[in-house]
Amino acid sequence: MSSVEGSVKPRAAGWRLERWLPQLVVSPIFALSLFFVYGFIAWTVYISFTKSRMLPVYEFIGLAQYERLWATPRWHVALENLFVFGGLFIFGCLLIGLLLAIFLDQRIRAEGVLRTIYLYPMALSFIVTGTAWKWILNPGLGIEKLVRDMGFPNFTFDWLVNPEMAIYTVVIAGIWQSSGYVMALFLAGLRSVDDDILKAAAIDGAGPIRTYAGIILPMLGPVLLSAVIILTHLAVKSFDLIIALTGGGPGYATDVPATFMYAYAFQRSELGMAAASAVMMLATILAIMVPYLYSELREKDR
Amino acid sequence: MSGATDGIVRASGAGSRFLRILLFALLILFALYYLLPFFVMLATSLKTLDEIRTGSLISLPSSLNLQPWVEAWSGACVGVRCDGLQPYFWNSVLIAIPGVAISTFLGAIAGYALTKWRFRGANIIFALMLFGAFIPFQVVLLPMARTLGFLGIAGTLAGLILVHVVYGLAFTTLFFRNFFVSVPDALVHAAKLDGAGFFAIFFRILVPMAIPTFGITVIWQFTQIWNDFLFGVAFTVGDSNPVTVALNNVVNTSTGVKQYNVDMAAAIIAALPTLLVYVVAGRYFLRGLAAGAVKG
Repeated sequence: MSSVEGSVKPRAAGWRLERWLPQLVVSPIFALSLFFVYGFIAWTVYISFTKSRMLPVYEFIGLAQYERLWATPRWHVALENLFVFGGLFIFGCLLIGLLLAIFLDQRIRAEGVLRTIYLYPMALSFIVTGTAWKWILNPGLGIEKLVRDMGFPNFTFDWLVNPEMAIYTVVIAGIWQSSGYVMALFLAGLRSVDDDILKAAAIDGAGPIRTYAGIILPMLGPVLLSAVIILTHLAVKSFDLIIALTGGGPGYATDVPATFMYAYAFQRSELGMAAASAVMMLATILAIMVPYLYSELREKDR
Repeated sequence: MSGATDGIVRASGAGSRFLRILLFALLILFALYYLLPFFVMLATSLKTLDEIRTGSLISLPSSLNLQPWVEAWSGACVGVRCDGLQPYFWNSVLIAIPGVAISTFLGAIAGYALTKWRFRGANIIFALMLFGAFIPFQVVLLPMARTLGFLGIAGTLAGLILVHVVYGLAFTTLFFRNFFVSVPDALVHAAKLDGAGFFAIFFRILVPMAIPTFGITVIWQFTQIWNDFLFGVAFTVGDSNPVTVALNNVVNTSTGVKQYNVDMAAAIIAALPTLLVYVVAGRYFLRGLAAGAVKG
């Protein structure tokens, strides 16, 4: 800011220091945080082009690790699971979140208490959530036993240990944890809709369903977009929940890219392939985040 | 804000009373859905193993059996060590306190410099930092492991604190930048004319104004760091594990009889600090989530 130089007659040395102090203080902060993000990404990308296994080696071998990665059945399982889990998780959270927000928006008694209850899972670690649902869903003593004891001796609910169905238990626990958050986002969006618009709709004789479907929901577009971005982000990064709930199993039936990367990096000593899978994850996030951030920042500039 | 929309959207007429009761019943059902897992955890943690085997998932414990809690806190085995969650709980405390304090303070300074001492490239730096908040951390795990080894702090609490500070900075800077942008520049100009320097302006003018932002940021960072599992499992070993990693190890210990009641008590112990923060400062918690949502 140039006003300092113009209007104050400073002592020479102190003035110099004062002038450069901001940069001096903040440049290490920025340098560090940029180094730990971009420097590290560069390193990981480079390693994904080498034949590193247990230890990193720096000899460039091109795309061989990516070829190996895409030839690995476990990677395909992980990707498929990410699509199944991500799709259902995002859809389920949006549906429940929107419904709850609309319901809560009707001047409900005890709204504050209900909101607090809906949102508390968000304060829990995914490890805690996973531990709780692992217990509830376990076939021996959990829901299966509960329903059998209620007089349905043939009831089976063994998704947790069934390779075909285990990924859906992750969806159940994930929606439980995150749908309240989406509710809070939508509720804030609903509350910011201009009253005059609603009054006009009422004067036109629009009923509640028409008011919501025709007028309010279309105005929630930006909120919906944020929610989808956040949920996608959560889905791609999800690691803890799967480790705690299924451990990636049975076998590797519930592997996702995040657990795949971890297993190859820290258990199987396949650094090159682990790096390649991490780069694939980054590329997925980039494809979603960059257009979003770009449009957000451009809007801010206007 | 609330209430302003009602009477307009709400159905009025003959069936409206019935509809409202139905609506309320639905909301209560959802509340039960969210509460049930916690209730099951709590009930299970107070039962004896016999009671768990013979009783039902949702039955109340016949008596308050606190033994599983004692066991989870100070007796359960994590690997070969059988001191319960206690040492790991304190690890998490020792990681969270400096981790939160340092990342919040640095974020405040960075946010202040980005908005009130705008220098060339400030916007680009901010955009680059912002993006750092959204990378999947898998992409930095390998180089971080090597860097911690290089610095000689691999597997230590100090190493994990560094990791949390570095990757928390993007969020803390974002929170403070968004707040300081709304503070009129005139305030800062006036102070500069009075001869106040970089730090004087920061501590005397901006910090007192930013107390709520400090609240939001501290709660956000505390929740993130306490609940972290990925960094904890990747960068700590055995004795330096944070509580989330220890909890997962307790639950997955395969030796001996499966003590579900101890597992559940351990899970609640690991969850208590963040739950407490949520109950006490829920408003700030929500604002943090909303602020995080502004940019994804």
